[in-house]
Amino acid sequence: MTEFEFKLEQAKSAVTRGKLSRRDFMTFAVAGGLSIAAANSLFIRAARAQAKPGGHFRVGLGHGNTTDTFDPATWAHGMNFAWGKGLTGAPLVRVDPKGGCVPYLAESFEPSDGAKKWVFKIRSGVTFHNGKTLTADDVVGTVNYHIGPDSKSPGKAYLAGVASVKADGADTVIFELKGADADFPYNLTNYQFPILSIVDGKPDLSGNGAGPYVLDGFEPGVKVHFKRNPNAFAPGNFDEVTQLSILDPAARTNAFLAGEVDFIDRADLKTIDLLKSAPGTEIYNVSGYQYYNAPMLTDVAPFDKLEVRQALKWAINRQDLVDKVLFGYGKPGNDSPIASAMKFAFNPEPVYGYDPDKAKSLLKQAGMENLKVDLSAADAAFAGSVDCALLMAEHAKAAGIEINVIREPNDGYWDNVWIKKPWSHCYWGGRPTADAMLTVSLAADAAWNDTRWKNPRFNELLPLARAETDDAKRTAMYAEMQQLVHDDGGQMVLMFSNYVGALSTKVAHGDLNADNDHDGGYMYDRWWFA
Amino acid sequence: MHPVLRTVLQRLGLGVLTLLAVSVIIFSSLELLPGGFAEAILGQSATPETVAAFNKSLGLDRPATTRYVEWVTGVFTGDLGKSFAGAGGWRSDNVRTVTSIIGPRLYNTFFLAALTAIIAVPIALALGLLTALYRNSWFDRVCNALTLTTIASPEFFVAYILMFFFAVKLKIFYPLSTVNADTPFLEHVSRAMLPAITLTLVIIAHMMRMTRASIIALLSSPYIEMAKLKGLTGRQVILNHALPNAWAPIATVIAFNLAYLVVGVVVVEVVFVYPGIGQLMVDSVSSRDMPVAQACALIFAATYILLNLLADIVAIVTNPRLLHPK
Repeated sequence: MTEFEFKLEQAKSAVTRGKLSRRDFMTFAVAGGLSIAAANSLFIRAARAQAKPGGHFRVGLGHGNTTDTFDPATWAHGMNFAWGKGLTGAPLVRVDPKGGCVPYLAESFEPSDGAKKWVFKIRSGVTFHNGKTLTADDVVGTVNYHIGPDSKSPGKAYLAGVASVKADGADTVIFELKGADADFPYNLTNYQFPILSIVDGKPDLSGNGAGPYVLDGFEPGVKVHFKRNPNAFAPGNFDEVTQLSILDPAARTNAFLAGEVDFIDRADLKTIDLLKSAPGTEIYNVSGYQYYNAPMLTDVAPFDKLEVRQALKWAINRQDLVDKVLFGYGKPGNDSPIASAMKFAFNPEPVYGYDPDKAKSLLKQAGMENLKVDLSAADAAFAGSVDCALLMAEHAKAAGIEINVIREPNDGYWDNVWIKKPWSHCYWGGRPTADAMLTVSLAADAAWNDTRWKNPRFNELLPLARAETDDAKRTAMYAEMQQLVHDDGGQMVLMFSNYVGALSTKVAHGDLNADNDHDGGYMYDRWWFA
Repeated sequence: MHPVLRTVLQRLGLGVLTLLAVSVIIFSSLELLPGGFAEAILGQSATPETVAAFNKSLGLDRPATTRYVEWVTGVFTGDLGKSFAGAGGWRSDNVRTVTSIIGPRLYNTFFLAALTAIIAVPIALALGLLTALYRNSWFDRVCNALTLTTIASPEFFVAYILMFFFAVKLKIFYPLSTVNADTPFLEHVSRAMLPAITLTLVIIAHMMRMTRASIIALLSSPYIEMAKLKGLTGRQVILNHALPNAWAPIATVIAFNLAYLVVGVVVVEVVFVYPGIGQLMVDSVSSRDMPVAQACALIFAATYILLNLLADIVAIVTNPRLLHPK
């Protein structure tokens, strides 16, 4: 931080506390080299940064299903993932806007035994919505619900490293891990892990949690209504919150324009410029951890040949995909799955650009000129997948590669196409840590290793980096792993997509989380009406 | 036995048989769909272990025939079963019965269908009679052109246009039709108004043109000529002489459109976020919530059977030759 930046931060906080006038702030900021417009918008943000309670926050979401329930093991989309993060539920830890892991229901957490054992102190005096007091037993029961032998929870995969969990008194929980994990607490920030109330050894799945809002009405697939929890240990700002499921993008936009909702997610990128110019609209545009990729099965011909994989990587114009599929709301990928905003992100060299000649010569080296491959695509993989595949086929033509695009049915795509067909489309939502991101999709034994890539060096480094507590050494190891994925892997990371939505200028917010949409899922208790 | 009563009983009996056949088709076609409830719910994050655990707790590991027999016997005793959603939970209080899921949505669907019918049927009949009366006039041509335009435009397009003008610009109606059991009657009407108008525009042409066509066909028959020669006015000829004989085809087409209003309005439901049964059916098929999907399909089949029966009864009652057979 330069001296000016430091002073600017101080000035901003003075504005927030009402200690500095607009004129003084502007004089200072403009003298420091900011444009008047930039200084003005900084002032407005800082002046509004004082959160205040009240109001009814209504959101229109492009998610929701009539089969939704309040059982965290079934949560899978953008309407219900926030339930566990800061609506009805409260997890032990949350992610802050800088990407750090901070205590929430836990008061503190500490590793010991070289990060093989983690001790969580639970906040005292916290009650569930039905009045029951939270104890360490609730935490243990919740974790066991997800990792038990009969578990149907996808959360099981995140806690695969847990050997045992036990309570030590009423306010301490001890996790024993199978192997050291310096990032272990991050796993518990996942939306599947709000602490559930355990009664007679069974979790209460009715939506009764310890979170800042109380469930007040639930029509699956239509509408969910919440009221502020007056007894919350960290209350939300809004008096009431309503989530509406509006799956049709045009209807969502109209509902926003007509003032029926204050926020919509998944804005229609084709018409975003019109939405931008609507009065009282702020575009929510956050460059996230989510990416779209085209995994090749590295044990199936012709993708088992390194030259073929690399040739295909050079034969695709990723910037063109960002411009046409994401309408510019994203960044081209360079085959490392770690978004540049994340800790330990590394941009491997050479950066894959569009170079059909290089692709051609690589194929020639392998004796595979006039390569013909099938690419399976469906909009279930990501919105615009089929168009994207057709663009890829067009790009690859210049390198003498014929890509035959197969349009697969959306129904059952994850069952019958993904990791089954040699080359397909896929998307990966953000994971809070580099370790989680690499483990979930690239570890040799991962259930979702969608390239069936089993690089010995990569798999040797993965547990070492996880256990390492020295940041400099970890950085080097993660860089090497990302280089390996880039050079040798079958994951063609096409692009990182932004989270794009729209919110009313009546709603104020601080810095936004990038780990997931909706301010990381925390907008319901972090945002407020200005 | 009275011929009407006999027909009704006969048709109801046949209806039950049809439903039984439909149930086999529904069950087996849903069974043929790739993937299952567990895969649909877990999506990309499904692992073989979690899928197996789901299937076991839902009883999906048992043979299909056992499950079919269970379901059909359940339906005959009035038990539509339990939704898969929530059935995976550990506690029984999370289980949702199919009846409790379908009930409120079926009410909403009937509400919207009734509201639309109240608006659309009188307008369609009136326009049909008027265009028959003044056929080939400019009025006839304008009516035909307008109704054909609205039926030819896709529903979602009509819906967007109406939403844009009446909700976003003029702010007369609500852009979203989110209603629930607590919504007061008048607000329900007002919230359902835009979907009802959209559907009216979609179905009016069919009913109006059928009315017009059947009246015109009758107008050339000798007894109508006789009525004219008696010196009756055009209005009397149509209302007292032509219309009674035209009821049968008109009733059929009205029944057909009402059935459409109950089973086929999913696009309008999605655009206006109206919690009806169409969206529920689509959702439950795509998430493989079989008990709900099966129940929806049965209700749709029953709707068609009953409305067609109703149309036939109207045809018999309005036709003395059928009512008093020799």
